[in-house]
Amino acid sequence: MIGASHAGVNFAFALRKEGWEGRIVLFDKDPVRPYHRPPLSKAYLTSDDPIEKHSLKSAESYEKEQIELCLGVGIISINRDTKTITLDTGEIQVYDQLVLATGARPLMPPIPGMDTAHQLYPLRTAHDVQQIKAALGDGKGKRAVIIGGGYIGLEIAASMKKLGAEVTVLEREARVLARVTAPEMSAFFQQLHAEQGVNVLTNKNVVSIATEGADNIVHCADGSQYPADLIVVGVGIRVNLELAKDAGLEIENGIKVNAQTQTSDTAIYAIGDCSFHHNPLYNRWVRLESVQNAVDQAKVAAAVIAGKDASYNSLPWFWSDQFDVKLQMVGLSEGYDELLIREEESERKFSAWYFRGDQLLAVDAVNNAKAYVIGTKFITEGKQVDKGKLIDTDVPLKPADLIKN
Amino acid sequence: MAKITFITSDNETIVAEANSGSVMELAKDNNVNGIDGDCGGVCSCATCHVHVAAGDFDKVGAPGEIEADMLELEDNYNEHSRLCCQIDISDAIDGVTLHVVN
Ligand SMILES: Cc1cc2nc3c(=O)[nH]c(=O)nc-3n(C[C@H](O)[C@H](O)[C@H](O)COP(=O)(O)OP(=O)(O)OC[C@H]3O[C@@H](n4cnc5c(N)ncnc54)[C@H](O)[C@@H]3O)c2cc1C
Ligand code: FES
Repeated sequence: MIGASHAGVNFAFALRKEGWEGRIVLFDKDPVRPYHRPPLSKAYLTSDDPIEKHSLKSAESYEKEQIELCLGVGIISINRDTKTITLDTGEIQVYDQLVLATGARPLMPPIPGMDTAHQLYPLRTAHDVQQIKAALGDGKGKRAVIIGGGYIGLEIAASMKKLGAEVTVLEREARVLARVTAPEMSAFFQQLHAEQGVNVLTNKNVVSIATEGADNIVHCADGSQYPADLIVVGVGIRVNLELAKDAGLEIENGIKVNAQTQTSDTAIYAIGDCSFHHNPLYNRWVRLESVQNAVDQAKVAAAVIAGKDASYNSLPWFWSDQFDVKLQMVGLSEGYDELLIREEESERKFSAWYFRGDQLLAVDAVNNAKAYVIGTKFITEGKQVDKGKLIDTDVPLKPADLIKN
Repeated sequence: MAKITFITSDNETIVAEANSGSVMELAKDNNVNGIDGDCGGVCSCATCHVHVAAGDFDKVGAPGEIEADMLELEDNYNEHSRLCCQIDISDAIDGVTLHVVN
């Protein structure tokens, strides 16, 4: 198993649960016992809790299930002929089945001055957050610039604001969350952040960073400048697919796998953020960055390796927490031709329903778990929604009331 | 200090104690099978579903709004269902028994 995060760790435990009795060895170059990544930009950033509070599994769990955890060890190559992998210590490990759960790393765009900037960090690992926390101190009055207004950038902004920093988000596109959600949702989040005192600026293409001592000035293409004590880069990720590529496995927008999560070499599997897979519910090839996908693919790989019939057919879901807003998303909205917003009586509680014709593709629910749950039900069961009733606030949000007769 | 008894779906009984944190964290620290806690305890995944023993339900209390809505989707939902990441450990729940659903 190369990579011991959401995908790798869940795979190992799922494999034991399937009754596999052979050795299971997990390698990860991160020296910290595997932890949940989502809290890194949320609860872990804003509290003094140790990272162990966010561990995926307790140390005893690995012992109990006899899962060997080799941390702080990078894998540098795969030899498919000898069925071995080479560790960065020079050692060789043989395998019968190899699972790649190498995930992704932060994309660091080639902006002049990035290398010499003071206190500039990505945010993907516990170590990144520890450095950011140290740079932030008690937060008060620190000027933080976040490059990138995606979910992670906005979550970091909300967390840092909570800690008392002055926060500016610089987004290159005309709206935040441009790649991942509808303009209506972008507008909501932009306003939420503005109300909370975060300076969210769009159409800001960062072109260089000038640094003198501890002072950074972030320069944008339109000539504007933003002073920063601390800079966090959150502009997306690069898939860790070099190992797979060098081994000659088939690659597209990720490591290509079949419904059993096998790569073009059936003794090698790829799961989680690094896998490019077919989603049968949407009949589309996708690469997803979510805990759900990592966990569900881990279960499929474990079942297949244990000799069971299993194939991947999960409905994708995701969440994001910013300030007091809980966003829950289900489905894939790409390709929608109609978006209906259902408002509720309370403030900051609504849901966005994405349709293609009469087919419900996805739901984004803001502080509205009910909408999320009903959306999940309707999409899974392929039921049609009565659009008129959906947007009528007088009709209660209940499955029976929303079904199109 | 609260002592909690977990009974898993394959009938293993695990007794664990703690002073603070959530019941989901306690379950994970003690290897309770069937409590996955995929979302890390933010009420987003429903992989920490338990049925509170009937006599203990008043001690533990009813779910909050978001939690109740999340539970509605669950196959094995009943009137004693809780997502245990939303149950805080305190003296008030000392001695309760929880049946792990999955
Ligand atoms: C700040 C942040 C917030 C997020 N919030 C959410 C959220 O709210 N909801 C949600 O669903 N998802 C969220 N995500 C996404 C989620 O964390 C990822 O989808 C998930 O971590 C994917 O798991 P993975 O195991 O596939 O890959 P990763 O978590 O990327 O893990 C890959 C592991 O492989 C290791 N590795 C790679 N190459 C090698 C090598 N050659 N040798 C040894 N080890 C190697 C790496 O060190 C790493 O530990 C968030 C991510 C981040 C960074
Ligand atoms: S751990 Fe995800 S809902 Fe409880």
